[in-house]
Amino acid sequence: MRLTVQRVPDGEVSPYLTGVLAPGDPIEVRGPVGGWFVWRPTDSRPVLLVAGGSGIVPLMAMVRARRAAGSRVPFRLIYSVRTPAERYYADELGRSTIQGDAGVDVSHVYTRAAPDDWPRQPHRIGIADINSGGWPPEFEPSSFVCGSTGFVETVADILVALGHDPRRVKTERFGPTGG
Amino acid sequence: MDQQYLDGNALAGPLAEIFAADITTADARCGGCGRTGPVATLRVYGRAPGLVARCPGCDEVLLRFVRGPDAAWLDLRGMVHLRIALPS
Repeated sequence: MRLTVQRVPDGEVSPYLTGVLAPGDPIEVRGPVGGWFVWRPTDSRPVLLVAGGSGIVPLMAMVRARRAAGSRVPFRLIYSVRTPAERYYADELGRSTIQGDAGVDVSHVYTRAAPDDWPRQPHRIGIADINSGGWPPEFEPSSFVCGSTGFVETVADILVALGHDPRRVKTERFGPTGG
Repeated sequence: MDQQYLDGNALAGPLAEIFAADITTADARCGGCGRTGPVATLRVYGRAPGLVARCPGCDEVLLRFVRGPDAAWLDLRGMVHLRIALPS
């Protein structure tokens, strides 16, 4: 089991997890809990994952579950971050040659600073990004959106406006520190 | 309400202590506006140990939960019913 932790300067828990907890320290774990924001390899619909900042964490777990199951379900991931340096799992997502990741398309949206050769200016995620990075509504995909409340609201509204069934747009809000 | 809120997914941990089934995937009918949808789609305010879940349609409070030192309190008066899917 792997945990990814974002250190929040005035946070209640993250400073402890990132600064004090050491390898070998015992942890008590309960779960997994909650069956809503879950992808199962038995579902053959194409999948759209939309991540804002640290919202990539549960979505990356889905990418890894797909890989571990040897699933061929088509995945598209749209990852919105402020700058290229702030990407989580940059190595893993950047390499298209990871065994088992054929069929996972990744597109990025940069909101503050983009790479020099990037075709677009930094911008907040919008209809064009979702349209080109996602699936057409006729494919009836399962969509999972994770990030801060504002990010999730924006993306969910865009998906529904594009014609996606609201019941197949699942959200996980991180609250104000989610990216 | 404009303040930051989380999804009903955030109830999964606290409610796992008192329910045998996963309640976040159960459908709840709002006593205010009649909207019916998974508990996971409710808007959750507050911080543990006190959580409040509101209807995303009309803001009515459907669920209040407080985890005290030796008891949990659950108030579901804003909810008409819960439909929990079970294996047939």
